[in-house]
Amino acid sequence: MTQETDTQEVKRTKSENSMQFLSFTLGEEEYGVDILSVQEIRSWEPVSRIPNVPSYEKGVVNLRGAIVPIIDLRERFNLEHSKYTNLTVVVVLQTILQGRSRTMGVVVDSVSDVNNIEAQSIQSAPDFGTKVSTEFISGLALVDERMLILLDVKKLLKLDGVDNDAEEDDDEN
Amino acid sequence: MSIDMAQFHQVFFEESFEGLDIMESGLLNLDMGDVDSEAINTIFRAAHSIKGGSGTFGFSAVSDYTHVMETLLDEMRDGRRQVTQSAVDVLLGSVDCLREMLSAIQDENDIDEISVAEHKKALELELNGGQANLQAVAIEISEQAGNKITGTPTDSSESGWKISFCPHADLLKTGNDPVRMFRELSELGELEVLVDLQGVPSLFDLDPEECHLSWTLILKGNVQRSEIDDIFDWVEDECDLSIQTLNSDEAPALVQKINSISSSTESQDGSDFKQNTPPIIAKPAKAEEKKAKAAASTSIRVDTGKIDTLINMVGELVITQSMLSLVGEDFTADKIDQLKNGLVQLERHTRELQESVMNIRMLPISFVFSRFPRLVHDLSSKLDKKIELKLVGEHTEVDKTVVELISDPLVHLVRNSLDHGIEMPADRIAAGKPEMGTITLEAYHRGGNIVIEVKDDGKGLNKEVLRAKAIEKGLLDADTVLTDRQCYELIFMAGFSTAEKITDVSGRGVGMDVVRRNIQSLGGNIEITSNLGFGSTISINLPLTLAILDGQSIAVGDETFIVPLGSIIESIKISDKMVNRVAGKGETFRLRDEYLPIVRMHNVFNVQSAKATKLTEGLLVVVDGQGVRCGLFVDDLLGQQQVVIKSLEANYRRVEGVSSATILGDGSVALILDIPGLVRLSNQ
Repeated sequence: MTQETDTQEVKRTKSENSMQFLSFTLGEEEYGVDILSVQEIRSWEPVSRIPNVPSYEKGVVNLRGAIVPIIDLRERFNLEHSKYTNLTVVVVLQTILQGRSRTMGVVVDSVSDVNNIEAQSIQSAPDFGTKVSTEFISGLALVDERMLILLDVKKLLKLDGVDNDAEEDDDEN
Repeated sequence: MSIDMAQFHQVFFEESFEGLDIMESGLLNLDMGDVDSEAINTIFRAAHSIKGGSGTFGFSAVSDYTHVMETLLDEMRDGRRQVTQSAVDVLLGSVDCLREMLSAIQDENDIDEISVAEHKKALELELNGGQANLQAVAIEISEQAGNKITGTPTDSSESGWKISFCPHADLLKTGNDPVRMFRELSELGELEVLVDLQGVPSLFDLDPEECHLSWTLILKGNVQRSEIDDIFDWVEDECDLSIQTLNSDEAPALVQKINSISSSTESQDGSDFKQNTPPIIAKPAKAEEKKAKAAASTSIRVDTGKIDTLINMVGELVITQSMLSLVGEDFTADKIDQLKNGLVQLERHTRELQESVMNIRMLPISFVFSRFPRLVHDLSSKLDKKIELKLVGEHTEVDKTVVELISDPLVHLVRNSLDHGIEMPADRIAAGKPEMGTITLEAYHRGGNIVIEVKDDGKGLNKEVLRAKAIEKGLLDADTVLTDRQCYELIFMAGFSTAEKITDVSGRGVGMDVVRRNIQSLGGNIEITSNLGFGSTISINLPLTLAILDGQSIAVGDETFIVPLGSIIESIKISDKMVNRVAGKGETFRLRDEYLPIVRMHNVFNVQSAKATKLTEGLLVVVDGQGVRCGLFVDDLLGQQQVVIKSLEANYRRVEGVSSATILGDGSVALILDIPGLVRLSNQ
């Protein structure tokens, strides 16, 4: 029992100082998500389309018996759409939202690395005004002279925000 | 010695609740005049196993209480006591009380001591009210001492014991755990624990595997020395132990001292202490039970026969698989027949396996019905009505989820029938009906559905009253014309109640709308038929299982959707002549005598790849979903298959026009259509 607590404590101290992030690219930009929320990385597979939803919600796939939605991050962030190829990657993210676990796949260009980032070196995202939405960005970090945009997975997977957008979309129609 | 009993708690609770159900139904079926000794035996056995179980797990409040019940039952069993209605009522009350106690323990709440004491008193009164006998008196005495019965009063201390327990450093290494011993002690009586921290070395020198603590324990209550000795039996050689009787005068003073000391230790080095030692003092039992609760899950009792069939089937499946892999190893064209045979077998076995797995989830509806005799018994005496409850088709099997979710709506319906449906005995006689009213609960299969009916022979629903009430409450315009069915449907509207006065049984006007919503959320529907003066019938139609659905796949462009087979009426090819437009937009077609709206799937779901855009090119699938009828315009019908329902909302969200999703044979996802939602969508 004592040993268990010890190892737990060791883990905690470690994670308090540094976190591991999986980094991936969208065009020129490099993003990072907390590696603990990454369930797996898959290649792009055709999805089943869901009618009447925003275009960045690509559809759903069968992930070993569970129905999992796939979101195109390029479109989500209003970047230029790129064609899906065999090299297009889906990062399956998992987090606990409102007491239950949610799984969702996000389409990215490619996965690059796993980076250790010291907690102190994470800067909060600057306010870009209304031009760029920073709602999903939890911070910025410098890795090997490159800037990594760290994403807040909980906010990314939160469908309430998505739902609101969907309503707006309906209004436009 | 150190088995974690908490892992068995869940089983104990389940068994005890089952035992209580058995006792309850047994008591209700007791015939006062001619008592069947076997019936009493059954009740007695159930009470006895609850007592045994609770004793084992240390729920002494429960075991003490059950013991009193058992004594009463024992006398009835031996014929020393008449079975009277009052005794049965008291026993029924005790069953409720026990159930509350057990749920309280299960949820880790405190037991409601006052209500327990009241029930116990009622039981004892009943016991002593009959022939006063020695056993009963003995119990009462022990009750006053607040403890278990002890055979002989000698060698026991009235007020309690003071135990000083100073274990040697290597006590823990022998697998003994003071916490467990203290827990056992606390079951004997009220226990005060005082820990001495003086022996604890500094953090540097601390060996976590050694015991540095010593304790002074005050055990209050009527406890025998031998019981304490039993507990310390295993550690006698590994500690310094002294056990002294506690003088009643000394006890409070000492306790006070303990309180002051413990509070000071708390404040001085409490924080330090908590970090460095396992949390022995901080209510250990509670922490452990919490864990057990988190792990607790619902379980299901399955007939071993069903499991045997399942194992057989898995065996067959394994054989087929090995046969197929043999064929596949060096496949030549002449083996094609073998392959086909194998695949046919595989399909059959998979289907059988699926059916028997589903079968495991099936429970007889009597799980729900069995609570109603009690409900009717209690309510009818409360309302001074004479009511007989008939249960029909209790063995009809339904999916476990349905069983769990249907019980609350059913309770509501039965209460309604009791309160509003059945008249007072005098009124019944005046109306020329038998004094005793009848409520029938019936379950049967119809098609792929289960139908549950609540039938009463009461006064029925008065359409005019319903109508007037709805108008009065502003739920209905005064000049609306309603069919009979629509009239009855009024009672499902929120805020509707016809009861003249609100009783605690019913009449608040919330309820029927909730009932209907619950049933619809299960994928079922509810209907009322009524005959003024002769009673009403409420029938609930539910799908047998919530996990599998017979579906028809349809194609729209290169997308596939599933329509529940049960909601399809027919599929037709239509000609332009049959189509009418309403206000230039809405398309309707005439099917026999009805005009139905056309829902163009490719428009509603924005399918770009749809092949058929002219109505004559595709097919019209006429569907009916919860009373909404329409024609779905699709490219083609693909085939029928059973599909496993998967939730879209688990990881995603609700999508209008879609009820859920499923996975097709090729691994892709297909959406299952929600007909009423589709119609709403196409009207927008």
